[in-house]
Amino acid sequence: MNSIAKAIKISDKVYWVGAVDWTIRDFHGYRTSRGTTYNAYLIMADKITLIDTVKAPFRDELLSRISSVVNPSEIDYIVSNHAEMDHSGCLPQIIDIVKPEKVFASTMGQKNLEAQLGIGSRITPVKTGDSLSLGNMNLSFIETKMLHWPDSMFTYLKEEQILFSQDAFGMHLAVDKLFDDENVWDVLEEEGEKYFGNILMPYSNLIIKLLDDVGKMNLPIKLVATDHGPIWRTHIGKILELYRKWSEHKPVPRAIVVYDTMWNSTAIMANAVGEGLRETGVEFKILPLSVSHRSDVATEILKSSAIIVGSPTMNNNIFPTIADVLTYLKGLRPSNMIGASFSSYGWSGESLPQMNEYLKSMNVELASEGVRAKYVPSETDLKACFELGKLVGDKLRAKIQ
Amino acid sequence: MGKYVCDACGWVYDPAIGDPDHGIAPGTSFADLPDDWTCPECGVGKDSFSKQE
Repeated sequence: MNSIAKAIKISDKVYWVGAVDWTIRDFHGYRTSRGTTYNAYLIMADKITLIDTVKAPFRDELLSRISSVVNPSEIDYIVSNHAEMDHSGCLPQIIDIVKPEKVFASTMGQKNLEAQLGIGSRITPVKTGDSLSLGNMNLSFIETKMLHWPDSMFTYLKEEQILFSQDAFGMHLAVDKLFDDENVWDVLEEEGEKYFGNILMPYSNLIIKLLDDVGKMNLPIKLVATDHGPIWRTHIGKILELYRKWSEHKPVPRAIVVYDTMWNSTAIMANAVGEGLRETGVEFKILPLSVSHRSDVATEILKSSAIIVGSPTMNNNIFPTIADVLTYLKGLRPSNMIGASFSSYGWSGESLPQMNEYLKSMNVELASEGVRAKYVPSETDLKACFELGKLVGDKLRAKIQ
Repeated sequence: MGKYVCDACGWVYDPAIGDPDHGIAPGTSFADLPDDWTCPECGVGKDSFSKQE
């Protein structure tokens, strides 16, 4: 282990001791175009406490940063707020090196850490409302089940008013400057939105409840220290407001057209649909899947209230890239959506009903049965695509009024 | 007696099976589950379940 990487002080007694991953571009199928960080925090209380660890290959970076403040063997407690591997991957090794008095996680965390890493017997389970004295400082715990894993929890450091929020309010963004206000707001909003769209959207109802519950606790919060990306200091109110907005996903006059194409027929149809949307004044974005990653489609759907999908029929089926994106979006459960489909085909033409079935299974309200064009779309077909875009745009406008 | 699905993780409560690992006998309706019963798979509370259509 080298000792080049140093800790960064974030408050009187707390240090960031995480790792920056400038390289990662594929995070379990989520395109992380700007890398990420795995944040861990060291609380220099009477009982020295480490909050979370990092992804396994970054263990030495974590140890180096800790060692710049204190010998790792002096750590008394470890708290695991989230059992996913990017925060727990090196936990077993860190436990071996540090030999802490106790390791804390939620009850579900104990189960999940056992199932993944075989360390359940080392865990002392805690639940919402429990507190832990660090001698001169105090921690308390708030379980945040399914935000976004069963084990997820927040830890609050009373004396320094820091909420360690694990993945919540986080983003995949590799940074050299740790605080929100040291970074460009537009980038934070964009990456925060992408993170919400790809990770948290399915649990929107639970988030609204959590925001209400935490609001009622009236905790004074100076810092929100997440597990990925910058620490919130100046824009805490703004990110909380955005989380409420994203969770509610109220109808907005914006639509996306998602398509892929074989011989350009579906592409021509997509553009005609777009022209129909334009006619209604609804904002829209066309996302050709040849150049749009599924995780970017997820971000776009979070900003939109209508989805129009286009696919060729290939060997009696929906085109594979469309199936990929629809499967992904179905899992993310966007709410309050209306939509429609269009397709081109040569002989059998199954993709249109297949897409409609998909949209229905996602609780998307279908504006019509859609449009299908044989081989190359005729002028009549394109008019029908235009009308489809117009119909969706009009229905969306009617829904908003 | 209807089945209930966990909004968070998708686990299904089937009254015919109950949740024997957590002391819930087969034949217990969803309504009769104790208020502090939680989803055995992900831990969310009863209020995060919906009736399966």
